[in-house]
Amino acid sequence: MNLSVRYLGLDLPNPLIAGASPMSDHIDTVRRLEDAGAAAIVLRSLFEEQILREQVSAFEHSESHSESFAEALTYFPQPQTFLFGPDEYLEHLRRVKVAVDIPVIASLNGATPGGWLNYPPLIEAAGADALELNLYRLAFDHYLSGQEIEREAVDVVKEVRRAVRIPLSVKLSPFYSSLAQFAGQLDRAGADGLVLFNRFYQPDIDPETLELNRSLYLSDHRELPLRLRWLGALSGQLRASLAVSGGVHNGRDAIKSVMAGAHAVQMVSTLLQHGPERLGAILGEMKDWMAQFEWESLETMRGNMSLKRCPDPAAYERANYVQMLQGWRE
Amino acid sequence: MPQARRIVVDGNEAAAAVAHRLSEVIAIYPITPSSTMGELADSWSAHGRANIWGAVPQIMEMQSEGGAAGTVHGALQAGALATTFTASQGLLLMIPNMYKIAGELTPFCMHVAARTIATHALSIFGDHSDVMACRATGFAMLCSGSVQEAQDMAAIAHMATLRSRIPFMHFFDGFRTSHEVAKIEELSDDDLRTLIDESAIRAHRERALTPDRPVLRGTAQNPDTFFQAREASNGFHAACAGLVREAMVHFGALTGRSYDLFEYVGHPEADRVIVMMGSGAETAEETVLDLVARGEKVGLVKVRLFHPFSTDAFIKTLPQSVRSIAVLDRTKEPGAVGDPLYLEILGALREAEDDGLSMFAKAPRVVGGRYGLSSKEFDPGMVRAVFANLAEGKPRNHFTIGIMDDVTHMSLPWDPDLDIEPKDVKRAIFFGLGADGTVGANKNSIKIIGEETPFFTQGYFVYDSKKSGATTVSHLRFGPRPIQSAYLIKQADFVACHQFEFVDKVDVLERAAPGGVFLLNSPYGPNEVWDRLPREMQEAILSRKLRFYVIDAYKVAKEADMGGRINTVMQVCFFALSGVLPREEAIAKIKGAIEKTYGKRGDVVVQRNFAAVDQTLANLHEVPEPTVMTARRGRPPMVADEAPDFVKRVTAVMMAGKGDLLPVSAFPPDGAWPVATAQWEKRNLAVEIPVWDQKICIQCNQCVLVCPHAAIRAKVYDPAALAQAPATFKADDFRSKDMAGMKYTLQVAPEDCTGCTLCVHVCPAKDKTNPRHKAIDMAPQRPLRDAERENYAFFLDLPEADRTRLGAIDLKSSQFLQPLFEYSGACAGCGETPYIKVLTQLFGDRALIANATGCSSIYGGNLPTTPYTVNKEGRGPAWANSLFEDNAEFGLGMRLAVDAHRDHAMQTLAALRGPIGDPLAGEILEAVQDTDAGIVLQRERVRDLKSRLVGIESPLARRLETLADYLVRKSVWLVGGDGWAYDIGFGGLDHVLASNRNVNILVLDTEVYSNTGGQQSKATPLGASAKFAEAGKEIPKKDLGLLAMSYGHVYVARIAFGAKMAQTVQALQEAEAYPGPSLVIAYSHCIAHGYDMAFGVDQQKLAVSSGVWPLYRYDPRRVGRGEPPLHLDSGAPKTKIADYMRNEGRFRVVEKADPVRYQRLLKLAERTMKQRLAVYQQLSGITVPLFEGAGPSEGDPPGPSQPATEKH
Repeated sequence: MNLSVRYLGLDLPNPLIAGASPMSDHIDTVRRLEDAGAAAIVLRSLFEEQILREQVSAFEHSESHSESFAEALTYFPQPQTFLFGPDEYLEHLRRVKVAVDIPVIASLNGATPGGWLNYPPLIEAAGADALELNLYRLAFDHYLSGQEIEREAVDVVKEVRRAVRIPLSVKLSPFYSSLAQFAGQLDRAGADGLVLFNRFYQPDIDPETLELNRSLYLSDHRELPLRLRWLGALSGQLRASLAVSGGVHNGRDAIKSVMAGAHAVQMVSTLLQHGPERLGAILGEMKDWMAQFEWESLETMRGNMSLKRCPDPAAYERANYVQMLQGWRE
Repeated sequence: MPQARRIVVDGNEAAAAVAHRLSEVIAIYPITPSSTMGELADSWSAHGRANIWGAVPQIMEMQSEGGAAGTVHGALQAGALATTFTASQGLLLMIPNMYKIAGELTPFCMHVAARTIATHALSIFGDHSDVMACRATGFAMLCSGSVQEAQDMAAIAHMATLRSRIPFMHFFDGFRTSHEVAKIEELSDDDLRTLIDESAIRAHRERALTPDRPVLRGTAQNPDTFFQAREASNGFHAACAGLVREAMVHFGALTGRSYDLFEYVGHPEADRVIVMMGSGAETAEETVLDLVARGEKVGLVKVRLFHPFSTDAFIKTLPQSVRSIAVLDRTKEPGAVGDPLYLEILGALREAEDDGLSMFAKAPRVVGGRYGLSSKEFDPGMVRAVFANLAEGKPRNHFTIGIMDDVTHMSLPWDPDLDIEPKDVKRAIFFGLGADGTVGANKNSIKIIGEETPFFTQGYFVYDSKKSGATTVSHLRFGPRPIQSAYLIKQADFVACHQFEFVDKVDVLERAAPGGVFLLNSPYGPNEVWDRLPREMQEAILSRKLRFYVIDAYKVAKEADMGGRINTVMQVCFFALSGVLPREEAIAKIKGAIEKTYGKRGDVVVQRNFAAVDQTLANLHEVPEPTVMTARRGRPPMVADEAPDFVKRVTAVMMAGKGDLLPVSAFPPDGAWPVATAQWEKRNLAVEIPVWDQKICIQCNQCVLVCPHAAIRAKVYDPAALAQAPATFKADDFRSKDMAGMKYTLQVAPEDCTGCTLCVHVCPAKDKTNPRHKAIDMAPQRPLRDAERENYAFFLDLPEADRTRLGAIDLKSSQFLQPLFEYSGACAGCGETPYIKVLTQLFGDRALIANATGCSSIYGGNLPTTPYTVNKEGRGPAWANSLFEDNAEFGLGMRLAVDAHRDHAMQTLAALRGPIGDPLAGEILEAVQDTDAGIVLQRERVRDLKSRLVGIESPLARRLETLADYLVRKSVWLVGGDGWAYDIGFGGLDHVLASNRNVNILVLDTEVYSNTGGQQSKATPLGASAKFAEAGKEIPKKDLGLLAMSYGHVYVARIAFGAKMAQTVQALQEAEAYPGPSLVIAYSHCIAHGYDMAFGVDQQKLAVSSGVWPLYRYDPRRVGRGEPPLHLDSGAPKTKIADYMRNEGRFRVVEKADPVRYQRLLKLAERTMKQRLAVYQQLSGITVPLFEGAGPSEGDPPGPSQPATEKH
């Protein structure tokens, strides 16, 4: 049985990747993921916005009270080694690279053109095997069109593509008006892979205290169909390889994703819930399932249920919706 | 001789850099102004900087200076090269060990930033009273007068101690030298290696206490031998001065800088000579050279080695022509014939004469004078006045110079405006706020000019006494020769005022030289600014023909995302206008300095600073030459007209920065100072103040409790009082069944608020349709100021709450009580002052407070204005500060006195029971005073008693009149920080807890030495970075509460007002009511935690909810009721400790420097927290069995077996 896949040009023994999450913050967890059979790991994103805030707040806390009172000209020691912004991330990346043999994919969330351009070469130099660009942006600006947002994103991919040689993936949200067309643009701009889809912190409202609570719910199976549909829609249409992210919780989910067209399967929630070893169990479930249903390789399975090849493409499209409604009425 | 590297450093760094490189063991303890030396040494060792032998010195912070002295003594005995740094009271704590170290002939050098010893008042500033208290220890005393000398004499002292075996105290003037920034020639490691005698080190090692060659030291000797043995060391002391001179010669040969035991400068045939030491001698030298150039025959002897005093060398230094000598001391020795240097010189001259060494035709007349106490200015005008006195036929002896003594008339008059500085020295003065970065920018400018140009530089910085909104004045000099002017600039070519508000508060142009440049940071442009200036300023600009420039630095800084940091902008203006460097070059250098300072902390800050630099010049404008005065107003008066006479006559002068002008007669001779003065200092610090929306307010009073400055207050009052209310005064119906029909007002003190926003953060009442709007929101102060000032005045006149009607005091009702601690100079958002304020609300009218030295003694008692105040009956907290280390004992003494007075009063009252008559006498003797109502009743009875005593003819009645007030219960509070309670004062605190007396201890636990700048204490939590624990503390915080609980008879509470205000109020009341010792440990957020204090309350909540700071009350009385004495007031952790730590810079800095270590410390912190909580949880379930027995057992409240305690 052959579970090997090629994702972002990387030859992986199986499609299961630990997605970007706090799990990658700890070297021992990363090692456990490798031991469980993870084919690669994505590090938590380097958030440029966070870097900006940290630098400014560190400056504020050390400067704002200094040199104003005769007895205390400063209130803090001044460490000579200070890992700020990318340094901290790059140092961690280096340590992870030393700790494991599987490919390590870095992740970047830029906030400014400078940030998108400055950090990728540093990440490459620190030894990342690939880079996932996390194009997370909330379009709150009333005067900024979808076209402009998409053009900026494509430009980022083009620029980064020019700046580094390592493979490049783009993690997308499902909220684009013309996702297929946009995916095509990213593909042409040089993305080696697309990750479908990002999940976000969502504000929740506390009606008693009238406060917003930032929360991140773990994913469940219900999130998978949205991803299956878009994997299905894009499978076979692009040069870039595809990864699913969000909603894969067992071997069967992983199989479905591959059938929809995924080259790789990223998992976070189930691993956070059950520990890194869960990844090994899912791999086992995949193998068992493939043995039971006599599949020799994932390569032959991939995309068999895509829009292009599935027996009932209409089920992926609007008719699907109409039918379901009718079915419900009946 | 190779050219030495030129560096720009302050005196502390200059001395510490030598000491660190010549030591193996360094024991330290923070004390101003020497703390920096210890901090630097610690930091260098932490970063692996080695001494000249390639080893990294071991640094150990101790629990007190006494501990540091003991540690270096031990290290020396074991053969190490050791040093320490200290000042003032700290030096006094070292004296016992200094006798030992000297008595044992141990090579050792300590470095002292000489500071005033507290007498009638504490002072952090400089004079020689501390070092002179050590004269008898047997230490050699070597003095430096400048930053260059602080480095050089440090090396000479280390050289000489090794050769002579006499321990050395190397000292220089606190602040004037320790904090002066100057360009000096650096001693390299190779220089030091050349200077130090390795054979002397070997000899020291060979004397080390070691089991391989054991000897015994520290024997006890008896009358038969001690005396002789004490004299056995004479030869070493006698040889010392010669060895110092040898060291100086060696040093001079290597560096080209020659020193001697005594140095003479001046006319070779001078008839008048001043003898002095320290930084004042620099000023004297500058003046002497100026006078000699004018043809006067005057001279100066600079004393370097004070002890051992070399009479021979001194006599040879004096010119034979001298007819009169003035010896100037920077200390005061009341009761002695004269001050110490004077006596030494007199003795030396007399001995020289007796021994025939003297070569004077006629013995010169010698007078002594005192100058410069507590860093009082000593300038050329004063030096001239001293020479003028010497020229008199009968010069005044025992004079003072630098003050006006209109009481004992000892002072000499002088010309305060005399300016002898050469024209080629550029002088600049900058007025800034602490928060705007002015001082930092100026230090930066000095570095640029000092290190990048041939100019010599000097920077001296004057800070005010407030921690919030502090004013800073920077004095910068640049010139072609080393700068000796150790005094403030008289005439500045460049004056910059970095805050527009100052034009109405400070006389910024007082020292502006005619034709100079005046730069003002102004929101008004070049065409508008003139009319906005007060009359005095317009007059100064016109009469002195100043070139006047403005820039809106806040606008530039804001556009560059620099917030309120205008330092870079103003620095660029200075370089652009002063012409010290070509503009382009200056800007490049500024950018280089920015890169160097902030580069390692990321490029964002660098880029923003660059943007500020680039935008500056376009915004800098010259004001078209003004020709006429247009001002319609003068500078407003310092204090309101209705202020008391003392405040107007004395306090206001100090507030205006003119305290130097006050004569001796203005001051109380014993240091007792009037209270209730902070109310007259309207600082107007807040840009925004809270505004009350009564429609939304739920009248919870939480905002009132958290306000650190008592600047938002609540009152409940009769509606009739509103008849006279100002138009904009707000009121609402008081929501209370018990007090229906009354009105409620929440009022802000607009000019006292610091704008910290704690009140808004804590406000729970939101507008449901627009939750961003709360019952209090911040709004710009300026448009509200006038109306709210009037409203606040009206509010203050409304009647105070009747304590007897409030019933049991809880969180809400406590905040209707008048705070007797208000408008302190504490930091905006301070986490300590809310506790003190609530303490004064609850017990202030009958409280005595003993306050340990630290933040709380500084904002509590630093002049000009102080926050403790009185109610309308004139009662309020009686407050005193003794020392840092003895506060528990000090407070206990107050308790003993109060108890003695009360016992005496009761005894006397009992004896007079007949003439006074019952029931009054009986009621007083039997009074129960456990409620406010009970106390009010007793006060009334005592008033009756006093009126009856008037008519009783008896000595007993007269005695009782003075004691009667002690029949009303007093509350004794021992207040201080964790440095006191956990470290330096712990021994005393422990003893006081064990005394079983009725004292209440409030520990304001900021978990760090806040006042001296963030050094770790034993209260510092595991994982936090602090000075002396830069990499993050490895050891858990000491559990002071648990230690106190182990006694069994001590009431202990741990509180955090931000997490549970009701528990804070309850614990303070229980502690006060408990008839034995009580210890309350209060979580106090602090700027030394490294985050915006506006979030202090949020962090307190996280501290409690994460289990880091469990809340509890341990009441021994519960034992007797069969209940567990420990009651936990906070539950199991609900949030992660990491979430608490992530918000604070003190923890984040560890993560940023070493993430792996941080993770380890975080896990350790979690484990410790869980373990401690588990212990508390188990304890809170344990009842203590009561066994029958003779003696007191745990849980017995202090009873008849104890000394008399108060009835409740």
